[in-house]
Amino acid sequence: MSELTTTNNGPSTWQRFAARARSVNPIYVIMILLLLGVGYLNPRFLEVNGFLAFLRRAAPIMILTAGQLYVLVSGGFDLSVGSIVTLVVIGGALMIDNDPANTWWVILVLLAGGVVVGLVNGFIVAYLKVPSLIATLGMLLVLRGAGLYWSGGAPRGYLTDNFRIFGRGNIENLPLVDKFPYAVIVLAIVGILATYLFHRMVYGRQLLALGDNPRAAKLSGVRTNRVRILAFVISAVSAVIAGILLGGFSGVNIEAGTGLELQAISAAVLGGAVLLGGSGSVPAAMAGALALELLFALLNLLGLPKPLRDAVQGLIIISAVAYAALGTRRSK
Amino acid sequence: MTTAEQPILEVRGITKRFPGVVALNNVSAQFMPGEVHAVVGENGAGKSTLMKVMVGAYRPDGGEIIFRGEKVAFAHPKEAQEAGISIIYQEFNLLPDRTVAQNVFFGREPSRYGLVNQRELNQKTVEVLRELGAENMFQPTAPLHTLSVAEQQIVEIAKAIAFDSKVLIMDEPTAALSMTEVQLLTDLIDKLLERNLAIVFISHRFREVFDLSQKISVLKDGQYIGTLKTAETDANEVIEMMVGRPLDSYFPGLATPEEIGAVKVSVRNGSNDFLKNINLDLCAGEIVGVSGLQGSGRTELAQALFGVEPFHEGTVAINGKALQVNSPTIAIRNKMGFVTEDRKAEGIFPNQPIRDNILLTVRTLQALVKRISRDGVTGQPNLVSDLSHQVDVRASSSDQEVQYLSGGNQQKVVLAKWLASTAEIFIFDEPTRGIDVEAKAAIHEMIRELARRGAAILMISSELPEIIGMSDRIIVMWDGTIYGELPSGATESEIMKLATGHSNGNANGSNSE
Repeated sequence: MSELTTTNNGPSTWQRFAARARSVNPIYVIMILLLLGVGYLNPRFLEVNGFLAFLRRAAPIMILTAGQLYVLVSGGFDLSVGSIVTLVVIGGALMIDNDPANTWWVILVLLAGGVVVGLVNGFIVAYLKVPSLIATLGMLLVLRGAGLYWSGGAPRGYLTDNFRIFGRGNIENLPLVDKFPYAVIVLAIVGILATYLFHRMVYGRQLLALGDNPRAAKLSGVRTNRVRILAFVISAVSAVIAGILLGGFSGVNIEAGTGLELQAISAAVLGGAVLLGGSGSVPAAMAGALALELLFALLNLLGLPKPLRDAVQGLIIISAVAYAALGTRRSK
Repeated sequence: MTTAEQPILEVRGITKRFPGVVALNNVSAQFMPGEVHAVVGENGAGKSTLMKVMVGAYRPDGGEIIFRGEKVAFAHPKEAQEAGISIIYQEFNLLPDRTVAQNVFFGREPSRYGLVNQRELNQKTVEVLRELGAENMFQPTAPLHTLSVAEQQIVEIAKAIAFDSKVLIMDEPTAALSMTEVQLLTDLIDKLLERNLAIVFISHRFREVFDLSQKISVLKDGQYIGTLKTAETDANEVIEMMVGRPLDSYFPGLATPEEIGAVKVSVRNGSNDFLKNINLDLCAGEIVGVSGLQGSGRTELAQALFGVEPFHEGTVAINGKALQVNSPTIAIRNKMGFVTEDRKAEGIFPNQPIRDNILLTVRTLQALVKRISRDGVTGQPNLVSDLSHQVDVRASSSDQEVQYLSGGNQQKVVLAKWLASTAEIFIFDEPTRGIDVEAKAAIHEMIRELARRGAAILMISSELPEIIGMSDRIIVMWDGTIYGELPSGATESEIMKLATGHSNGNANGSNSE
């Protein structure tokens, strides 16, 4: 790998260690510190079952963040994901119509719906050249309105148990851990797929190039529209999966997804994603989502009121972007 | 016309250095009131730099500027404007959504009770326009963006008059104007001369230089060559002065006739919004140099071949196969590579490591869900290090982000990107712009090596020595067409004659429009 003309005479072991330590994404350190903090205030949390239960709760936002990262890296935003979550919860309940036999085709329809929403978002951004912030903000309103109209403004129907099992169920009677949440299995599968596609496949490299320098990407042969649209599809599908888990976890609620889009963006930024594109990591973004949930748990344990969440999130977005802006200015 | 003996503006021994280049070297010139003084030279000769030094946009490293008999050192073009030297850039410095009047008096609006007095503002603007004989062309209340380019130029001039300027500097004032509009400008300049202004203008168009100016000064490579009275010279003499210098000698040899092979690219009657009737063949083993001034269509030709701004009409054949090259993707799939002029905007991915920069193009040929090989491609796992070696990228490791490399090394990374894609047809647009001499020679050698291995190469350059030293054949562009073709060994003056729209033996300026 380093058969390039080397300009120094080989770093010492200590220098190598220091360089390595510097290259570790700080979000992992932050995450572990928060984990210890929460565990200190609530020792049950560090037990296996306590932690798995927490992961189950955090799974939807972590999945949402993994999808959002793709759009952020492409240089855009996807604000429509919160509304997709809400629509999945409301629409899922209405379509299942209290008959467990309907669950499977409903899940397929919801996933297909996610693909369609992602395609529409991507098409508007890529071909109609509408800034993604505006395009997906519009989609947020469209989907929210559609959900409210469909449900008549109040939650109706129930999600059947075989639907809710993904969000709240456990595999029971296991050795060692006693029980293991389905949501964590879904989280692991989505996490691995998203990481693999982004970090180990051609698509991830083309996406990074597109976000870093769209003009150069086009001139290097990247089919920029295709790559960009696919990012929106991935984000929307991840939102459908998150919606299925969240509906299972907390039931039908017309506010189920409200605000999740901003939470996902702040989480990805915490994980080192650069707003405006060209840089990011799926595991780090998911760690950012977990860290954010841990922070909320910590604030909760410290007895701080819930509205502070929003304020904290706002501060995170502003400081992360300011930090990134300072960094790029310095490097010029 | 020339009444005063004293120059209104004079530069003495001006030197200006930029990192790695001496842009101006001991340049002196005098500008008389009531006179139009043209400054000519090749791209990069230092014309614009000299203008910017005179108005304080750049601080000179040596020499002095004398204005109205006193030594001055403006810290900012605004100071120069207040003192009486106005500059009009090619890109106008106007506010498109404000009115004509608001632009003319921007920052100095007449006010009453702390509010802008609109009536007086418009009145004063009409007075200024009347002096220029332009009061009937547009209303002072018209929003600027509703005006044509020529009219906007009048607004810029009106602004200079409103400042009571003694010297007016214009950078390529005729570049964006049609024939009738140029006539308009000519009339306007006569009015300005009646006011005894000194007018300095930079132009590439010889026709206008000879029509408008009383004096011509020539710059070359940052050196002042001389000043001529327009009436006593002709285009040939000026061109000789612009290009007369020894050829640099660091170029690799040209192709022998045996090395030149079959036609790889063939364009017939290619046209689009920027180009007219392009006929061009590129052969294996051959470097075709493209010369021409800025705006002549050089870059547009490259973009058309590569599918960025495709030809709308005409035919393109690659290796004998007729094709519609409508996107860079199609071009790349047909083994074309394009090393762009603007490295930062179009070549590199600054936040990505060297390895991903080099491998991007070859990866665009693969399926999106193909597993990547970190440092190469299937079958060539060490492609990154092999290519980095070949083009001699100087970096601590291929993990390094490209933004931290020097310009020359960035260019080598871009080159490696196209080598990785196994292209056989290369377009180079200003391949050595802004890089140091050593890296330049290395890149020239690499381009020639590609040709020796059978690649067809189109090389655009505004540096004539580069064109002459590298090209097996030279085409010269002018006004969106291939205006002429010259064999290797052509002289700089032959090229410049074509590039300025002269054919041989047609010295004083009519063009073929």
